[in-house]
Amino acid sequence: MARAAVLGRLIWRVARVAAVRDETPTARTLVLDVDGWPGHLPGQHVDVRLTAADGYSTQRSYSIASAPDGTRLELTVQRLDDGEVSPYLTQVLRPGDPLELRGPIGGWFVWHPEDATPVLLAAGGSGVVPLMAMVRTRVAHASPTPVRLIYSTRTPDTVLYRDELRQAAAGDPQLRVDLVYTRGGPAGWSGPVGRLDASRLATLAWPPGAAPGCFVCGPTGFVEAVANLLVDQGHDPQRIRTERFGPSGG
Amino acid sequence: MGTVSRGFGGRRRRHAPELPPGQYLVEDFPVLSAGPTPRVDLGDWEFTIATETGERHRWDWAAFRALPAESVTVDIHCVTKWSKLGTGWEGVSLDTLMDGVETSAGFALAESYGGYTTNLPLEDLLDGKAWVAFRFDGEDLAPEHGGPARLLVPHLYFWKSAKWVRGIRLLDSDEPGFWESLGYHDYGDPWREQRYWGD
Repeated sequence: MARAAVLGRLIWRVARVAAVRDETPTARTLVLDVDGWPGHLPGQHVDVRLTAADGYSTQRSYSIASAPDGTRLELTVQRLDDGEVSPYLTQVLRPGDPLELRGPIGGWFVWHPEDATPVLLAAGGSGVVPLMAMVRTRVAHASPTPVRLIYSTRTPDTVLYRDELRQAAAGDPQLRVDLVYTRGGPAGWSGPVGRLDASRLATLAWPPGAAPGCFVCGPTGFVEAVANLLVDQGHDPQRIRTERFGPSGG
Repeated sequence: MGTVSRGFGGRRRRHAPELPPGQYLVEDFPVLSAGPTPRVDLGDWEFTIATETGERHRWDWAAFRALPAESVTVDIHCVTKWSKLGTGWEGVSLDTLMDGVETSAGFALAESYGGYTTNLPLEDLLDGKAWVAFRFDGEDLAPEHGGPARLLVPHLYFWKSAKWVRGIRLLDSDEPGFWESLGYHDYGDPWREQRYWGD
Protein backbone atom coordinates (compact mmCIF):
# COMPACT_ATOMS: atom_id res chain seq x y z
CA MET A 1 0.00 0.00 0.00
CA ALA A 2 1.96 2.97 1.23
CA ARG A 3 5.21 1.69 -0.27
CA ALA A 4 4.29 3.19 -3.58
CA ALA A 5 4.02 6.58 -1.98
CA VAL A 6 6.48 8.48 -4.11
CA LEU A 7 6.43 6.42 -7.28
CA GLY A 8 4.96 7.60 -10.51
CA ARG A 9 3.45 10.83 -11.63
CA LEU A 10 1.64 12.95 -9.08
CA ILE A 11 -1.63 13.91 -10.70
CA TRP A 12 -4.01 16.56 -9.45
CA ARG A 13 -7.08 14.98 -7.86
CA VAL A 14 -10.32 16.57 -6.81
CA ALA A 15 -10.94 15.67 -3.18
CA ARG A 16 -14.34 16.15 -1.59
CA VAL A 17 -14.63 17.67 1.88
CA ALA A 18 -16.46 15.07 3.99
CA ALA A 19 -16.32 17.00 7.27
CA VAL A 20 -14.48 19.73 9.09
CA ARG A 21 -13.43 19.72 12.72
CA ASP A 22 -12.12 22.63 14.74
CA GLU A 23 -9.05 21.67 16.76
CA THR A 24 -8.38 25.07 18.33
CA PRO A 25 -9.85 28.54 17.67
CA THR A 26 -7.31 28.93 14.82
CA ALA A 27 -6.79 25.40 13.53
CA ARG A 28 -9.20 23.21 11.61
CA THR A 29 -9.01 19.65 10.39
CA LEU A 30 -10.35 18.93 6.91
CA VAL A 31 -11.60 15.39 6.40
CA LEU A 32 -11.26 14.60 2.70
CA ASP A 33 -12.33 11.78 0.44
CA VAL A 34 -9.89 11.39 -2.43
CA ASP A 35 -10.85 8.98 -5.21
CA GLY A 36 -7.86 6.97 -6.31
CA TRP A 37 -5.66 8.06 -3.38
CA PRO A 38 -2.57 5.83 -3.64
CA GLY A 39 -1.89 5.72 0.09
CA HIS A 40 0.77 7.53 2.07
CA LEU A 41 3.35 7.19 4.78
CA PRO A 42 3.01 9.22 7.97
CA GLY A 43 5.02 12.43 7.66
CA GLN A 44 4.21 13.06 4.00
CA HIS A 45 2.35 16.10 2.72
CA VAL A 46 0.11 17.17 -0.13
CA ASP A 47 0.06 20.19 -2.39
CA VAL A 48 -3.28 21.99 -2.35
CA ARG A 49 -4.35 24.22 -5.24
CA LEU A 50 -7.05 26.89 -5.03
CA THR A 51 -8.46 28.44 -8.17
CA ALA A 52 -10.55 31.62 -8.39
CA ALA A 53 -13.40 32.00 -10.87
CA ASP A 54 -11.20 34.06 -13.20
CA GLY A 55 -8.51 31.39 -13.36
CA TYR A 56 -6.07 32.81 -10.80
CA SER A 57 -4.67 29.96 -8.77
CA THR A 58 -2.22 29.41 -5.97
CA GLN A 59 -0.70 26.41 -4.24
CA ARG A 60 0.47 25.53 -0.73
CA SER A 61 1.74 22.40 1.00
CA TYR A 62 0.01 20.82 4.02
CA SER A 63 1.08 17.86 6.09
CA ILE A 64 -1.20 14.87 6.30
CA ALA A 65 -2.48 14.42 9.85
CA SER A 66 -4.14 11.02 9.49
CA ALA A 67 -2.84 7.47 9.37
CA PRO A 68 -3.24 5.74 6.00
CA ASP A 69 -6.93 4.88 5.69
CA GLY A 70 -8.01 3.99 2.17
CA THR A 71 -9.20 7.02 0.24
CA ARG A 72 -9.76 9.16 3.34
CA LEU A 73 -7.29 11.81 4.31
CA GLU A 74 -7.13 14.46 7.02
CA LEU A 75 -5.23 17.73 6.88
CA THR A 76 -4.98 20.05 9.86
CA VAL A 77 -4.54 23.66 8.79
CA GLN A 78 -3.29 26.39 11.12
CA ARG A 79 -4.79 29.74 10.14
CA LEU A 80 -2.30 32.52 9.45
CA ASP A 81 -4.14 35.80 9.62
CA ASP A 82 -2.17 37.35 6.77
CA GLY A 83 -2.23 34.15 4.74
CA GLU A 84 -3.93 33.72 1.41
CA VAL A 85 -4.84 30.05 1.54
CA SER A 86 -5.15 29.06 5.21
CA PRO A 87 -8.00 31.53 5.97
CA TYR A 88 -9.94 30.03 3.07
CA LEU A 89 -9.32 26.46 4.17
CA THR A 90 -10.21 27.16 7.80
CA GLN A 91 -13.09 29.59 7.38
CA VAL A 92 -14.70 29.24 3.95
CA LEU A 93 -14.35 25.65 2.82
CA ARG A 94 -17.24 23.46 3.96
CA PRO A 95 -18.43 19.87 3.65
CA GLY A 96 -19.34 18.98 0.08
CA ASP A 97 -16.84 21.40 -1.46
CA PRO A 98 -14.18 20.15 -3.87
CA LEU A 99 -10.52 20.66 -3.06
CA GLU A 100 -7.76 20.05 -5.58
CA LEU A 101 -4.66 18.34 -4.29
CA ARG A 102 -1.84 16.08 -5.29
CA GLY A 103 0.43 13.81 -3.34
CA PRO A 104 1.66 12.17 -1.31
CA ILE A 105 4.91 14.13 -1.41
CA GLY A 106 8.17 13.64 0.45
CA GLY A 107 10.01 10.42 1.05
CA TRP A 108 12.42 11.49 3.78
CA PHE A 109 10.45 12.82 6.74
CA VAL A 110 8.48 9.58 7.03
CA TRP A 111 8.10 6.86 9.60
CA HIS A 112 7.74 3.23 8.56
CA PRO A 113 5.50 1.40 11.03
CA GLU A 114 7.55 -1.79 10.73
CA ASP A 115 10.61 0.07 12.06
CA ALA A 116 11.10 -1.05 15.67
CA THR A 117 13.74 1.56 16.53
CA PRO A 118 12.66 3.89 19.36
CA VAL A 119 11.29 7.15 18.04
CA LEU A 120 11.62 10.67 19.33
CA LEU A 121 9.09 13.13 17.98
CA ALA A 122 9.68 16.81 18.73
CA ALA A 123 6.93 19.20 17.69
CA GLY A 124 6.81 22.97 17.79
CA GLY A 125 3.27 24.35 17.42
CA SER A 126 1.47 23.11 14.34
CA GLY A 127 4.59 21.10 13.52
CA VAL A 128 2.81 18.38 15.47
CA VAL A 129 0.62 17.58 12.45
CA PRO A 130 2.91 15.16 10.55
CA LEU A 131 4.08 13.71 13.87
CA MET A 132 0.46 13.04 14.79
CA ALA A 133 0.17 11.00 11.59
CA MET A 134 3.05 8.90 12.94
CA VAL A 135 1.40 8.47 16.34
CA ARG A 136 -1.89 7.53 14.69
CA THR A 137 -0.19 5.06 12.36
CA ARG A 138 1.53 3.47 15.31
CA VAL A 139 -1.84 3.09 17.05
CA ALA A 140 -3.49 1.74 13.89
CA HIS A 141 -0.78 -0.88 13.49
CA ALA A 142 -0.74 -1.70 17.21
CA SER A 143 3.00 -1.18 16.83
CA PRO A 144 5.09 -1.89 19.93
CA THR A 145 7.72 0.66 18.87
CA PRO A 146 8.45 2.94 21.83
CA VAL A 147 7.64 6.54 21.00
CA ARG A 148 8.20 9.74 22.91
CA LEU A 149 6.48 12.88 21.74
CA ILE A 150 7.68 16.21 23.08
CA TYR A 151 5.18 18.83 22.02
CA SER A 152 6.04 22.47 22.53
CA THR A 153 3.06 24.79 22.52
CA ARG A 154 2.34 28.29 23.77
CA THR A 155 -0.53 27.58 26.12
CA PRO A 156 -3.12 24.84 26.70
CA ASP A 157 -5.42 26.66 24.23
CA THR A 158 -3.07 26.05 21.33
CA VAL A 159 -2.71 22.28 21.78
CA LEU A 160 -3.85 20.23 18.81
CA TYR A 161 -5.29 16.73 19.39
CA ARG A 162 -5.11 17.10 23.19
CA ASP A 163 -7.73 14.52 24.15
CA GLU A 164 -6.64 12.00 21.57
CA LEU A 165 -3.02 12.25 22.65
CA ARG A 166 -3.97 11.93 26.30
CA GLN A 167 -6.05 8.83 25.64
CA ALA A 168 -3.45 7.23 23.42
CA ALA A 169 -0.72 7.71 26.01
CA ALA A 170 -2.89 6.66 28.96
CA GLY A 171 -3.42 3.17 27.64
CA ASP A 172 0.06 2.56 26.35
CA PRO A 173 3.28 2.45 28.37
CA GLN A 174 5.30 2.57 25.15
CA LEU A 175 3.91 5.97 24.18
CA ARG A 176 4.89 8.97 26.23
CA VAL A 177 3.58 12.45 25.50
CA ASP A 178 5.07 15.49 27.21
CA LEU A 179 3.75 18.98 26.67
CA VAL A 180 6.14 21.88 26.94
CA TYR A 181 4.34 25.18 27.55
CA THR A 182 6.30 28.19 26.37
CA ARG A 183 3.92 30.93 27.60
CA GLY A 184 1.74 29.44 30.30
CA GLY A 185 0.56 26.07 31.58
CA PRO A 186 -2.94 24.89 32.48
CA ALA A 187 -4.58 25.70 35.82
CA GLY A 188 -2.69 23.95 38.57
CA TRP A 189 0.36 23.38 36.38
CA SER A 190 3.42 23.09 38.57
CA GLY A 191 5.89 22.22 35.84
CA PRO A 192 8.24 24.60 34.11
CA VAL A 193 7.08 27.19 31.58
CA GLY A 194 9.42 28.26 28.81
CA ARG A 195 11.18 27.07 25.74
CA LEU A 196 12.44 23.55 25.43
CA ASP A 197 15.99 23.89 26.73
CA ALA A 198 18.90 21.51 27.00
CA SER A 199 18.05 20.13 30.42
CA ARG A 200 14.38 19.54 29.67
CA LEU A 201 15.21 17.94 26.36
CA ALA A 202 17.74 15.65 28.02
CA THR A 203 15.13 14.69 30.62
CA LEU A 204 12.32 14.03 28.17
CA ALA A 205 14.13 12.59 25.15
CA TRP A 206 15.61 9.14 24.71
CA PRO A 207 19.25 9.06 25.71
CA PRO A 208 21.59 9.04 22.69
CA GLY A 209 22.60 5.49 23.60
CA ALA A 210 19.09 4.33 22.66
CA ALA A 211 19.87 5.55 19.11
CA PRO A 212 16.33 6.76 18.46
CA GLY A 213 15.10 7.92 15.12
CA CYS A 214 14.39 11.62 15.67
CA PHE A 215 11.77 13.65 13.84
CA VAL A 216 11.74 17.38 14.54
CA CYS A 217 9.04 19.59 13.03
CA GLY A 218 8.05 23.16 13.67
CA PRO A 219 9.02 26.73 12.90
CA THR A 220 12.63 27.24 11.84
CA GLY A 221 13.75 28.64 15.21
CA PHE A 222 12.37 25.60 17.04
CA VAL A 223 13.81 23.11 14.58
CA GLU A 224 17.25 24.75 14.55
CA ALA A 225 17.36 24.89 18.35
CA VAL A 226 16.13 21.36 19.01
CA ALA A 227 18.18 19.71 16.25
CA ASN A 228 21.31 21.51 17.51
CA LEU A 229 20.59 20.44 21.10
CA LEU A 230 20.11 16.83 20.04
CA VAL A 231 23.46 16.89 18.22
CA ASP A 232 25.10 18.55 21.26
CA GLN A 233 23.68 15.81 23.49
CA GLY A 234 25.26 13.10 21.40
CA HIS A 235 22.56 12.09 18.95
CA ASP A 236 23.79 11.08 15.51
CA PRO A 237 23.00 13.90 13.04
CA GLN A 238 22.21 11.25 10.44
CA ARG A 239 19.34 10.03 12.63
CA ILE A 240 17.72 13.45 12.98
CA ARG A 241 15.17 14.32 10.33
CA THR A 242 13.72 17.78 10.17
CA GLU A 243 10.78 19.53 8.57
CA ARG A 244 10.17 23.23 8.94
CA PHE A 245 7.06 25.34 8.85
CA GLY A 246 7.94 28.88 7.86
CA PRO A 247 5.67 31.83 8.53
CA SER A 248 5.34 32.01 4.75
CA GLY A 249 3.24 28.89 4.61
CA GLY A 250 0.24 31.10 3.85
CA MET B 1 -7.84 25.63 -15.55
CA GLY B 2 -8.35 23.68 -12.35
CA THR B 3 -11.52 23.15 -10.39
CA VAL B 4 -12.88 26.49 -9.19
CA SER B 5 -12.75 26.87 -5.42
CA ARG B 6 -16.11 28.24 -4.29
CA GLY B 7 -15.67 31.53 -2.50
CA PHE B 8 -11.95 31.87 -3.22
CA GLY B 9 -10.85 35.24 -4.57
CA GLY B 10 -7.14 35.27 -3.95
CA ARG B 11 -5.55 37.97 -1.85
CA ARG B 12 -1.94 38.11 -2.96
CA ARG B 13 -2.48 38.39 -6.67
CA ARG B 14 -0.50 41.08 -8.39
CA HIS B 15 1.15 41.40 -11.73
CA ALA B 16 4.38 39.50 -11.29
CA PRO B 17 5.76 38.18 -14.55
CA GLU B 18 8.90 37.15 -12.63
CA LEU B 19 6.92 34.45 -10.84
CA PRO B 20 7.02 30.94 -12.29
CA PRO B 21 3.74 28.98 -12.29
CA GLY B 22 2.44 27.91 -8.89
CA GLN B 23 4.83 30.19 -6.96
CA TYR B 24 4.02 33.01 -4.55
CA LEU B 25 6.16 35.87 -3.32
CA VAL B 26 7.72 36.07 0.11
CA GLU B 27 9.70 38.84 1.73
CA ASP B 28 11.41 36.72 4.38
CA PHE B 29 13.81 33.88 3.70
CA PRO B 30 12.35 30.55 4.79
CA VAL B 31 14.69 27.73 5.76
CA LEU B 32 14.21 24.19 4.52
CA SER B 33 16.57 21.35 5.18
CA ALA B 34 16.31 17.65 5.82
CA GLY B 35 18.45 17.45 8.94
CA PRO B 36 20.44 19.41 11.49
CA THR B 37 22.58 22.29 10.31
CA PRO B 38 26.14 20.94 9.97
CA ARG B 39 28.89 22.81 11.75
CA VAL B 40 31.71 23.58 9.39
CA ASP B 41 34.84 25.21 10.74
CA LEU B 42 36.53 27.47 8.20
CA GLY B 43 39.86 25.91 9.18
CA ASP B 44 38.59 22.52 8.02
CA TRP B 45 36.54 23.71 5.08
CA GLU B 46 37.52 22.69 1.61
CA PHE B 47 35.93 22.57 -1.78
CA THR B 48 36.85 19.85 -4.26
CA ILE B 49 36.07 19.27 -7.89
CA ALA B 50 36.65 15.64 -8.84
CA THR B 51 36.60 14.79 -12.53
CA GLU B 52 35.38 11.59 -14.14
CA THR B 53 39.00 10.44 -14.41
CA GLY B 54 39.60 10.89 -10.69
CA GLU B 55 41.59 14.10 -10.97
CA ARG B 56 40.93 16.34 -7.98
CA HIS B 57 41.08 20.12 -7.71
CA ARG B 58 40.99 21.39 -4.16
CA TRP B 59 40.65 24.76 -2.46
CA ASP B 60 40.85 25.53 1.23
CA TRP B 61 38.96 28.58 2.49
CA ALA B 62 41.84 31.00 1.93
CA ALA B 63 42.47 29.76 -1.61
CA PHE B 64 38.76 29.84 -2.39
CA ARG B 65 38.37 33.38 -1.10
CA ALA B 66 41.42 34.48 -3.06
CA LEU B 67 39.56 33.66 -6.28
CA PRO B 68 37.76 36.52 -8.02
CA ALA B 69 34.22 36.83 -6.67
CA GLU B 70 31.11 38.27 -8.30
CA SER B 71 28.10 40.07 -6.91
CA VAL B 72 24.86 38.83 -8.43
CA THR B 73 21.21 39.74 -7.97
CA VAL B 74 18.88 36.89 -8.80
CA ASP B 75 15.37 35.54 -8.19
CA ILE B 76 15.12 32.27 -6.28
CA HIS B 77 12.30 29.75 -6.42
CA CYS B 78 11.72 27.02 -3.83
CA VAL B 79 9.82 23.88 -4.80
CA THR B 80 7.71 24.43 -1.66
CA LYS B 81 6.14 27.34 -3.64
CA TRP B 82 7.81 30.45 -2.29
CA SER B 83 9.83 32.73 -4.50
CA LYS B 84 12.03 35.61 -3.46
CA LEU B 85 12.92 38.25 -6.00
CA GLY B 86 16.06 40.31 -6.33
CA THR B 87 18.22 38.51 -3.78
CA GLY B 88 21.82 39.72 -3.52
CA TRP B 89 24.69 37.25 -3.29
CA GLU B 90 28.44 37.22 -3.52
CA GLY B 91 30.22 34.14 -4.73
CA VAL B 92 32.74 32.54 -7.02
CA SER B 93 31.45 31.59 -10.44
CA LEU B 94 31.65 27.92 -11.32
CA ASP B 95 33.28 29.10 -14.53
CA THR B 96 36.16 30.36 -12.39
CA LEU B 97 36.36 27.13 -10.41
CA MET B 98 36.15 25.00 -13.56
CA ASP B 99 38.84 27.01 -15.34
CA GLY B 100 41.65 24.56 -15.99
CA VAL B 101 39.57 21.49 -15.11
CA GLU B 102 39.82 19.00 -17.97
CA THR B 103 36.57 17.12 -18.39
CA SER B 104 34.22 15.65 -20.93
CA ALA B 105 31.61 14.81 -18.28
CA GLY B 106 27.99 15.68 -18.96
CA PHE B 107 26.74 15.61 -15.38
CA ALA B 108 27.59 16.89 -11.93
CA LEU B 109 26.73 15.75 -8.43
CA ALA B 110 27.09 18.42 -5.77
CA GLU B 111 28.01 17.05 -2.35
CA SER B 112 27.56 18.81 0.97
CA TYR B 113 28.78 18.68 4.52
CA GLY B 114 26.11 16.67 6.34
CA GLY B 115 25.70 14.25 3.44
CA TYR B 116 23.26 16.08 1.17
CA THR B 117 23.64 15.65 -2.58
CA THR B 118 21.96 17.05 -5.68
CA ASN B 119 22.53 16.37 -9.36
CA LEU B 120 22.42 18.54 -12.43
CA PRO B 121 23.76 18.62 -15.97
CA LEU B 122 27.22 20.16 -16.01
CA GLU B 123 26.11 22.75 -18.56
CA ASP B 124 23.72 24.16 -15.94
CA LEU B 125 26.72 25.05 -13.79
CA LEU B 126 28.61 26.87 -16.56
CA ASP B 127 28.38 30.08 -18.60
CA GLY B 128 27.48 32.40 -15.76
CA LYS B 129 24.62 30.30 -14.40
CA ALA B 130 26.04 29.09 -11.07
CA TRP B 131 28.19 30.20 -8.16
CA VAL B 132 29.57 28.98 -4.87
CA ALA B 133 28.12 31.77 -2.75
CA PHE B 134 29.49 32.89 0.61
CA ARG B 135 27.61 36.13 1.27
CA PHE B 136 23.91 36.91 1.20
CA ASP B 137 22.48 40.40 1.44
CA GLY B 138 25.91 41.80 2.33
CA GLU B 139 26.49 39.43 5.26
CA ASP B 140 28.43 36.21 5.63
CA LEU B 141 26.07 33.39 4.73
CA ALA B 142 24.35 32.16 7.90
CA PRO B 143 24.74 28.46 8.73
CA GLU B 144 21.00 27.75 8.41
CA HIS B 145 21.08 29.20 4.91
CA GLY B 146 24.05 27.06 3.92
CA GLY B 147 27.08 28.93 5.27
CA PRO B 148 29.98 29.04 5.06
CA ALA B 149 29.24 28.47 1.37
CA ARG B 150 26.46 27.07 -0.76
CA LEU B 151 25.86 26.39 -4.38
CA LEU B 152 23.69 29.02 -6.09
CA VAL B 153 21.92 27.86 -9.26
CA PRO B 154 19.01 30.28 -9.41
CA HIS B 155 17.51 29.10 -12.70
CA LEU B 156 16.55 25.77 -11.09
CA TYR B 157 14.41 25.10 -8.00
CA PHE B 158 16.36 26.04 -4.92
CA TRP B 159 17.01 22.49 -3.66
CA LYS B 160 19.60 22.34 -6.47
CA SER B 161 21.47 25.18 -4.73
CA ALA B 162 23.08 22.79 -2.25
CA LYS B 163 23.73 24.27 1.18
CA TRP B 164 27.08 23.59 2.91
CA VAL B 165 28.54 22.50 -0.39
CA ARG B 166 31.91 20.76 -0.17
CA GLY B 167 32.48 19.68 -3.69
CA ILE B 168 31.30 18.63 -7.09
CA ARG B 169 31.82 15.25 -8.71
CA LEU B 170 31.81 15.28 -12.50
CA LEU B 171 30.15 12.21 -13.98
CA ASP B 172 29.67 10.63 -17.38
CA SER B 173 26.14 9.58 -16.49
CA ASP B 174 23.43 11.22 -14.42
CA GLU B 175 23.17 10.08 -10.80
CA PRO B 176 20.17 11.19 -8.74
CA GLY B 177 20.86 13.19 -5.61
CA PHE B 178 19.03 13.22 -2.27
CA TRP B 179 15.66 14.72 -3.15
CA GLU B 180 15.86 13.44 -6.72
CA SER B 181 15.83 9.91 -5.24
CA LEU B 182 12.84 10.75 -3.04
CA GLY B 183 10.26 11.81 -5.59
CA TYR B 184 11.51 15.20 -6.69
CA HIS B 185 12.20 16.03 -10.33
CA ASP B 186 15.59 15.18 -11.80
CA TYR B 187 16.06 18.60 -13.42
CA GLY B 188 13.77 21.03 -11.58
CA ASP B 189 13.01 23.90 -13.97
CA PRO B 190 10.59 26.23 -12.15
CA TRP B 191 9.31 27.72 -15.40
CA ARG B 192 8.16 24.28 -16.51
CA GLU B 193 6.98 23.51 -12.96
CA GLN B 194 9.15 20.41 -12.73
CA ARG B 195 8.56 19.74 -9.03
CA TYR B 196 8.15 15.98 -8.82
CA TRP B 197 8.82 12.82 -10.78
CA GLY B 198 6.81 12.85 -13.97
CA ASP B 199 6.15 16.63 -13.99
